[in-house]
Amino acid sequence: MKQLVVIGNGMAGVACVEQILKFTHDFQITIFGDETHVNYNRIMLSSVLAGEKSADDIVINDIDWYQSNGITPRLGVRVTAIDSEARTVTGADGSVTRFDKLIIATGSSAFVPPMDGVDKKNVHVFRTLDDTRDLLEKSRPGCKAVVIGGGLLGLEAARGLQVQGCAVTVVHLGDRLMDRQLDPTGGMFLNRKMKNLGVDVLLQKSARALTGNGKVEGLRFADGEEIDAELVVIAAGIRPNSALGKLAGVEVNRGIVVNEFMETSHPDIYAVGECTEFRGELFGLVAPLYEQGKVLAATITGNKGPAFESKAQAAKLKIMGVDVFSAGVIDDSDPDVEVVAYEDRSLGIYKKLFVKDNRLVGVILVGDASDDHKYKSWLNSGEDLSKQRKHLLFPPPSADGGLDVAQMPDSETVCGCNGVSKGTIVDAIHTHGVETLAQLKDRTRAATGCGSCSSVCTQLLKAVAPGFVEDKQKVLCACVPFPQEKLKDIIRSQKLKTAQDVLDIYGNGKGCAVCKPALSYLLDVIHCGEHEEDRSARFINDRVHANIQNDGTFSVVPRMRGGITSPAELRKIADVAEKYNVPLVKVTGSQRLDLLGVKKEDLPKMWADLGMPSGQAYAKGVRMVKTCVGEQFCRFGTQDSISAGVELERRYENLFTPHKYKMAVVGCPRNCAEATVKDLGLIGQEGSWQVVVGGAAGKGVRKADLLVTVETTEQAFEASDLFFQYYRENANYLERTYDFVERLGIEKVRKDTVYAAPEAKKGLIERLRKSKDKSYDAWMEREAPRPFQFVQIEPVKEAVFA
Amino acid sequence: MSWIQITETENIPPREGRTVKIGELSIALFNTGEKFLAVENRCPHKGGPLADGIVGGTTVTCPLHNWRICLETGEVSKGCDAQLPPVTQFPVRVEEGLIYLQTA
Repeated sequence: MKQLVVIGNGMAGVACVEQILKFTHDFQITIFGDETHVNYNRIMLSSVLAGEKSADDIVINDIDWYQSNGITPRLGVRVTAIDSEARTVTGADGSVTRFDKLIIATGSSAFVPPMDGVDKKNVHVFRTLDDTRDLLEKSRPGCKAVVIGGGLLGLEAARGLQVQGCAVTVVHLGDRLMDRQLDPTGGMFLNRKMKNLGVDVLLQKSARALTGNGKVEGLRFADGEEIDAELVVIAAGIRPNSALGKLAGVEVNRGIVVNEFMETSHPDIYAVGECTEFRGELFGLVAPLYEQGKVLAATITGNKGPAFESKAQAAKLKIMGVDVFSAGVIDDSDPDVEVVAYEDRSLGIYKKLFVKDNRLVGVILVGDASDDHKYKSWLNSGEDLSKQRKHLLFPPPSADGGLDVAQMPDSETVCGCNGVSKGTIVDAIHTHGVETLAQLKDRTRAATGCGSCSSVCTQLLKAVAPGFVEDKQKVLCACVPFPQEKLKDIIRSQKLKTAQDVLDIYGNGKGCAVCKPALSYLLDVIHCGEHEEDRSARFINDRVHANIQNDGTFSVVPRMRGGITSPAELRKIADVAEKYNVPLVKVTGSQRLDLLGVKKEDLPKMWADLGMPSGQAYAKGVRMVKTCVGEQFCRFGTQDSISAGVELERRYENLFTPHKYKMAVVGCPRNCAEATVKDLGLIGQEGSWQVVVGGAAGKGVRKADLLVTVETTEQAFEASDLFFQYYRENANYLERTYDFVERLGIEKVRKDTVYAAPEAKKGLIERLRKSKDKSYDAWMEREAPRPFQFVQIEPVKEAVFA
Repeated sequence: MSWIQITETENIPPREGRTVKIGELSIALFNTGEKFLAVENRCPHKGGPLADGIVGGTTVTCPLHNWRICLETGEVSKGCDAQLPPVTQFPVRVEEGLIYLQTA
């Protein structure tokens, strides 16, 4: 068998090996990688830094892949020498490996501009998984971080560090961010977006020295100015790793020189990826590297033919909520270039097309890059656009939804991260019966990288797959147009703490009565009560902890756990009702008392006089537990439903839920407290409890599903805890349990709660405990009410102005 | 026309409203986050207390039936088809951290 040695375990080298394996398995392949990790998606490192993905999520080929393809991985072994005469490579561990064919895929390294003090502690580059881990370890809330370089990588690093809580400043030499990809207006739009996100930007600043004693403490600029810095990331560009090429004696310029077949000047040595130079050009983006890999795979397996050609390079910024796309030649100084542009400052959208001889030569999109594939396709095909001149920026009003994808050639790359073309996707749909986006991801890996091609993939599925059903994901609201699932991801990964932050960064900055309470709920549950409470985003009921009535008065329902009260408590309630002239006292269907028609200003005084906790009868939250008498008195009772009910109410009281949450506990299957039509019910029987969920007796009637049957009361509580927290985390805001359980199916609910792996159960319980620890009786706010929250402002003074 | 001194600006948190009682008149005074605006504290639909509504930009949503009122024009924007007269507005001015209202 012929020996193939690949130096470099990065994206380009391994992608090329994957292509080679499509042609033949006749090589004995050894891959050297100086990193200790298996092949991962380097493009996604910024997502790891931003907490959106874990290190495991970005693995492209795990160790099984190497083994099952008979590849010997030599991880953590740097190659120090190549003998092109003897055809051997020498590793830093002293090992010598013989090759028949050699691929150099050593990639590139971070360029560190000349300045003093780069060897100080806490000065990093951002290139590898290990760099990312170092940065994650060192970034902590409040840490002053400086990123040198305002290009793609620098901005992504800045956002990642900021999500980790750092106060981040980007220092950039040019007069605008991403100056290689944007014009001055585009740069200005991007600058404003970064500032909105809370990242400071300093332009036209040249870093001269990093200062500090051992650890970095600051940064001095060429103009003498200084800023503080506890953590510095240098992202000032990359340089090809071409040194091994020189050692091998092949032609090296800035990179290792290759021809259109990826051959070097030595007949059995090839190069691919960022270490190469092709017709004077260097590469730093992934799409051309995959192309190179395909070409090289053909060449090296004796199928020489396909030739690499350099296409317009496209760059896309991967910061959630900040769309920036740029491709082709961004130069309007050419007198033959016509510019087609659109800008809307309040929406933050800027689009500029560079057209020459009716052909697209360059494009800039800031704020909305959803059409990027269309422009990429026009750039690469060079098609004549004269017939579409009116619709270059906006599609005609009644556009055919499938037209866009129908116009794409099969060879067009849809997923740039994984090099998946339209043809591959269509083929997967036809030959493998792919019908959903999830299946498509599994089969082709499309949309598993940065995910920006998901919408195109969905359009393709819609157009081609016969049984395609679009994932039903309704956006929360026009103010912040994302489905709730996505908003949860955003809040979690971007560590947003207030509704206004979400609206400012991902929405219209305003919000409304629909999205604000929903966001408030999501923030509370995701951060386990450690969000920043913003009362302006709460419905009035949750600001004054009472239920608003049709005349603007309120109702007061004290907590009466399990429906159990005492003569003293009843006396207090009676006294309060008289003292405040409460117009109506009513026994509710929830086994407690409602005082109706209360004036807002009386609320805090009544709570104090009652001395009872809030029953949360006004909240999308835990209402109450209804109980039957049970074995304490009932001659049929088999379980102590009262004690269990009181305890259950204590466990969850003061917590919030997607919609109201009502429970019941009964001591025997006669079900006197109607546990089978509650969100959660415990039904006692001789020697066991049935835990039932998703019942309803409101607009509709639904019999609850059996979650599990358990022997002890403690086990019944545990099952209740699991379901309660699972519902809190996974239901949409305003989705009752009976819709939630029906939507998911009780089998799935069981699988994710009572039958879940111990780790998952532990997580649910821990998050529930954390939230519970943070919760409190809202009526205690009577001791320090917010200004004029309950009382009216009654001015007396008149002022005279000149 | 006289201006009535109402309260310190910090007593009305951003994006919230408060009720101001001047004689028989109930006024909803809002801090939109950018400016202070005042309208009659009564939704033209069923009389809901607008000061208790959720504020988004310069729109308040009545807490009773989600009718929307533009605080800058007083116009009622959502609800049913019935044409309703706009809500009465009141001039507001802020001087040295104090809010003043003009009622007549």
